[in-house]
Amino acid sequence: MMTTDKVAVRLQEITVRFASYTALENVSLQVAEGEFVAIVGPTGCGKSTLLSVVAGLLEPSAGQVQLFGQPMNGLDLAAGYIFQQDALLPWKTALDNVAIGLVFRGTPTSEAREQAQVWLQKVGLKGFERYYPHQLSGGMKKRVGLAQILILNPRILLMDEPFSALDLQTRDLMENELLRLWQEDRKSVLFVTHDIEEAIALADRVVVMSAGPATRPIGEFAIPLSRPRDVAEIRLTESFLDLHRQIWNILREEVRASHAR
Amino acid sequence: MPGNRSVRIYQIGIFIVAMLAWEGLVRARLLDVFFFSKPSSIGQRVMEWVLQGEIYWHLSITLTETLLAFVIGTLLGIGVGLWLALAPTALKVLEPYIKAFNAIPRVVLAPIFTLWFGLGMMSKVALGVTLVFFLAFFNTYQGVREVNPVVLANARMLGASRMNLLRHVYLPSTAGWIISSLRAAIGFAMIGAVVGEYIGAAAGLGYLIAQAEGVFDTTGVFAGMTILVFFVLILDSAVSLIERRVLVWRPQASA
Repeated sequence: MMTTDKVAVRLQEITVRFASYTALENVSLQVAEGEFVAIVGPTGCGKSTLLSVVAGLLEPSAGQVQLFGQPMNGLDLAAGYIFQQDALLPWKTALDNVAIGLVFRGTPTSEAREQAQVWLQKVGLKGFERYYPHQLSGGMKKRVGLAQILILNPRILLMDEPFSALDLQTRDLMENELLRLWQEDRKSVLFVTHDIEEAIALADRVVVMSAGPATRPIGEFAIPLSRPRDVAEIRLTESFLDLHRQIWNILREEVRASHAR
Repeated sequence: MPGNRSVRIYQIGIFIVAMLAWEGLVRARLLDVFFFSKPSSIGQRVMEWVLQGEIYWHLSITLTETLLAFVIGTLLGIGVGLWLALAPTALKVLEPYIKAFNAIPRVVLAPIFTLWFGLGMMSKVALGVTLVFFLAFFNTYQGVREVNPVVLANARMLGASRMNLLRHVYLPSTAGWIISSLRAAIGFAMIGAVVGEYIGAAAGLGYLIAQAEGVFDTTGVFAGMTILVFFVLILDSAVSLIERRVLVWRPQASA
């Protein structure tokens, strides 16, 4: 379901090469404002590379990136990037980790801390202000990471398999948490995952990528499931299973191809 | 695993046994007192020095030299380490020079520094700095190289400027490396001071030890060494204190 709303991200024929290896080839993709798009593909297919391009962390070898109608220029500070690995500053407390982005952007520290307090509460970590990352569980660290990004009010969220390192229960919890926070102001989201279930449960639209090298989109599915959703329950519905079958049909060959390599 | 208390008991036990053995061997004439002195005389000499008060003058000279060499060498090392780690071209240009200077045995510099800077404190501080600098430099450099790239990318995406990165990412990330270098640096600074005094000086513990050696006063030599060791241990625990304050964010190794 391509919405006719304003476009948040427009990728035009993006190609990324590392030396002799072509990671992405001719990838075109759009994300509308307020749209939640999930990208699924076999592991190592260059999904994260795609996200780095949108964030401006990596310059494409060819092609154009437009954000909110503007051509990309350096790092994209309107985007919030949630990394797969732990990205918190280990030497700062939970509170200071959440506040740091505002401080980087010129807000006085005391004011940034006040706002950070509110955000920690929003992600359910009231009382953990003075904890250092190593004292928090995996799920808690992800919550701090979310607050660290969301406090900056990014126009688009780029998420790189953010929950893949969590155990299943924590993962369901975090996915619901993400949906709840997203529902509040519906930012655009580009969510990369290798997990079809996660993609369907969260997104408005799922884009399937081919196995690498020279990854490109090979399928696209609108997810018409109603919101608000509960990720654990929605998995059991008939329409969910139907979508799962359709996507898996396309992805199966790619997963085989990526394992055969 | 034994508790802290029994560790302490073992430590003291080893000391007492070693001292008794030394004293016993000398008294039994198995070791010549002229070459080896003996713990009781050494202790007595240390007490004399401490009570007479002459030692404090020498000690203050050596400690001042040590601290100056430590502070100057460390700051220079950290500064240059940060700079070269973040400026790859400058590093490539300077690399052979750094390696060459580091390869010079510092002891041979001592007489030259005495010629250049005279018999006073300056020559000892200079010697200490050449030792401490490379230690701080290599550790800082390594620390910056090992900054977690994900944390760095995250900070950049959060909007950090170059100064922000230096202050909030590079420096704290390097702090562990720098602090572990401080420990060794204190020892090196002391070596610089004492070796410098040993080669040519008018005061300081190294001078005192050299004087004692000149008249075959082994008791004086060992007494000087005892006082040196004592103060290195004090400085070392000062570094531990700093370490605990700066690295509060680190997971404690489970004891």
